[in-house]
Amino acid sequence: MTRHIVAAVGEIPENGSKLVKVKGRPVALFHVDGSYFAISNVCPHEGGSLCHGKLVGLVQSSEPGVYEHSRPNEMLQCPWHGWEFDIRTGQSWCDPDSIKARAYVVSVEDGAELAKGPFVAETFPVSVENQYVLIEMK
Amino acid sequence: MSTSTLVRAATPPAARLRLVDCDIHPTVRSMKDLHPFLSAQWREHLDSFGQRFRQAFGGATAYPKATPALARRDSWPADGSPPGSDLEMMQRQHLDANGIDRGMLFPLFPRALDERNIDCAHAVCAAINDWQVAEWTSKEPRLKATITVMAEDADGAVAEIERCAKNPAFAQVALVTRPIEPLGRKRYWRIYEAAAYHGLPLGLHNSGNNGHAVTGGGAPSFYFEEHQGVALSMQAMATSFVLEGVPQRIPDLKIVIVEGGFGWAAPLGWRMDSFFDRFRGEVPHLKMKPSEYLRRNFWWTTQPMEEPEQPEHLRAMIDWMGWDRIVFASDYPHWDSDDPRFAFKIRLNDQERQNIFAGNAEAIYGERLA
Amino acid sequence: MGHIATTGIIDSDVHPAVPGMRALLPYFDPHWREVIEARGVDGLDLAYYPPNAPVSARPDWRVPGQKPGSDLAGLQTNALDAFGLSRAICNCLYGGPAMYSEDLGAAICRATNGWIAEEWLNRDDRLRASIVIPIQNAELAVDEIERWAPDKRFVQILVLASNEALLGRRQNWPIFRAAEKHGLPIGIHAGSAMRHAPTANGWPSTLYEEHVSMAQTFQSQLLSLIAEGAFTKFPDLRVVLLESGISWLPNLFWRSIKMWRGMRKEIPWVDRSPAAIVRDRVRFTLQPLDLPPDQNQVDQLLEQIGSDDIFLFSTDYPHWRFDGGDPMPSALPKELLRKAMRETPLATYPRLRETV
Repeated sequence: MTRHIVAAVGEIPENGSKLVKVKGRPVALFHVDGSYFAISNVCPHEGGSLCHGKLVGLVQSSEPGVYEHSRPNEMLQCPWHGWEFDIRTGQSWCDPDSIKARAYVVSVEDGAELAKGPFVAETFPVSVENQYVLIEMK
Repeated sequence: MSTSTLVRAATPPAARLRLVDCDIHPTVRSMKDLHPFLSAQWREHLDSFGQRFRQAFGGATAYPKATPALARRDSWPADGSPPGSDLEMMQRQHLDANGIDRGMLFPLFPRALDERNIDCAHAVCAAINDWQVAEWTSKEPRLKATITVMAEDADGAVAEIERCAKNPAFAQVALVTRPIEPLGRKRYWRIYEAAAYHGLPLGLHNSGNNGHAVTGGGAPSFYFEEHQGVALSMQAMATSFVLEGVPQRIPDLKIVIVEGGFGWAAPLGWRMDSFFDRFRGEVPHLKMKPSEYLRRNFWWTTQPMEEPEQPEHLRAMIDWMGWDRIVFASDYPHWDSDDPRFAFKIRLNDQERQNIFAGNAEAIYGERLA
Repeated sequence: MGHIATTGIIDSDVHPAVPGMRALLPYFDPHWREVIEARGVDGLDLAYYPPNAPVSARPDWRVPGQKPGSDLAGLQTNALDAFGLSRAICNCLYGGPAMYSEDLGAAICRATNGWIAEEWLNRDDRLRASIVIPIQNAELAVDEIERWAPDKRFVQILVLASNEALLGRRQNWPIFRAAEKHGLPIGIHAGSAMRHAPTANGWPSTLYEEHVSMAQTFQSQLLSLIAEGAFTKFPDLRVVLLESGISWLPNLFWRSIKMWRGMRKEIPWVDRSPAAIVRDRVRFTLQPLDLPPDQNQVDQLLEQIGSDDIFLFSTDYPHWRFDGGDPMPSALPKELLRKAMRETPLATYPRLRETV
């Protein structure tokens, strides 16, 4: 497993996203409430670019007419057909076991720590003063 | 395999397939884009009174759509103008990226197909038709235009077809699919005769409000229902055409059903045929079984793609309706649009792909697609 | 029964016809009897079945001068005896649910139910019936359900496929609550109170078109019941579609699943596939059928529908759906028919289990 530096902390606004490429694979990186999440950018349904999706809350219901809103901005709706994916797991809401966008482990590290390696920066300049977002990928 | 995982189409290595997209939606940035094509009187009228539709709101539907402007979220131009209003972006994001050789324009915003003021409707339909040519087809030869007409006044509709038919930029005639009366009724026949005379297929994209509930049982509460109700209404439309005898009367009329789904085509034929014996006395004008008219005079676009619980069931559905009956459409840039690379969850052989993605459309539209 | 041998056959859809308002008079209270007579209220048969239209009665079941289905002896001879039925559920399509006056509608429904109990159920113990209700007003409808629910021979609540509002709308929920409480499925029968044009595209010219397009109205009703959450709110609610056909089911499944995946946040109480809900909670009578012409297509269609225990055998007596002595086309698999003739109706109608 290799860790790849894909963004600097502060670069993606709150509830924003960034399309990154890791080993040639497009990955949608999201920033929600101080945490970072990464899932494959390709919607498993018809290929919609998930980084263009809309971050929404999880809506559930105990009975008709009741809308229970939780986990603000932790569900991603595909920009095309609106399928919802949990940004923590990549699982789709409607068919979590068989329809999922691949989720990647994300971590945040200090630039000073990263200077010791090992990591893959690809074309990403690293400064010891900043913090960075890393994605794990084989 | 699950119903909905990506299947990458096998691209033939040698020759790239031609690709005809039978449903692309161009949009005005605002109604001012139509001003060059409207008289001063109609410009002032529209500025003052706007368009009059059979709905509660002047600028919105009471069934909020899935997304703003019905659009896929990645289709907004950087300057914030409406999706589908920027030719350069349409070229880059869709025509070039997906290798579209011909694209059929179908303007919905604005539209005047179901405008209540008859004179205003004809003026705006004509403006939309001229705008398609001036702003789209003359700048991008891959695009073809649609003659939009307001059907409730057949005289005006026929006049507009006559005005536009000579221009090879136009490839089809569009009417509202939810008119005041079902489209098979005689008041509309003159329009079909004019279209057939000029070799123009009807391209019938679900559209319009006639004041009737979107279902035969009343108005539903949710977009989840309304969206499907509109598709169901396309079945009622096809039923009306067939049983009223339109294709019997005008055998060379071609009817392309756009964005109405296609999974109902064969079952509707079975249903009409199953009841035919009991009701034959009511439709003595029919000389063939109803399904035979469906099979002869109708085509369906692929979008929104039918997605069976078991993907291979799609193959049976197309077998039933005929592989020559369906034509690819993307519905770009709307939220429920389809990507030509990923829309089919079954593997198509080369001949099937060629038919659906180009050959069938070329057979329907002929030299109008040239 | 033709190509399938079974006993204890249950027919889930037969149609006793009210011969005329005169027959109902004994079942009105004095006020409404006076209204009916003084104002000449009569002729409330649905326009969906014109008495002389071929579809409305099989030729060999017609009796000159008699309204099809109005005679118990005819039902006994032509259906109960001829097909060896152990039970038949009477669905009486008469005017009450279509009246604009809620009170008059309720009075006619009450009289109709009284007439069914007295003139049919009391005279042949093979018969069961549906309660007709004034759906114009849920409170009155529940009153009517409560009135007849103690009589276990009433096994279902009958409504038309098109009423003032789509059935799932919450205004109808007191009816579903009563249905659930008494173990009565909601039977939705082809036909319309004509509060809406029969299609979203307006008024068609022909009866033929109305019969074909009724399939869309049925689909809209299922979508309404699902989307509004009626099946979620009432876990024991069962719905039976009467005379809906079945060939449109796969496409309904596909579209509703696809829309649910994209729009389920709008109806978050729908927490599983609409197709699964329909297979679990909705049943379909088998006449009229809208099957494809060849056996291979029938087999494919049934595979796509994906369940062989959602069908209910029916003759649709006296409507002309088939000729000869076998109500079912040979294209349907024997196992499916075997279930549809007894097992599935018994599972669908709890009250049939109590009295079989």
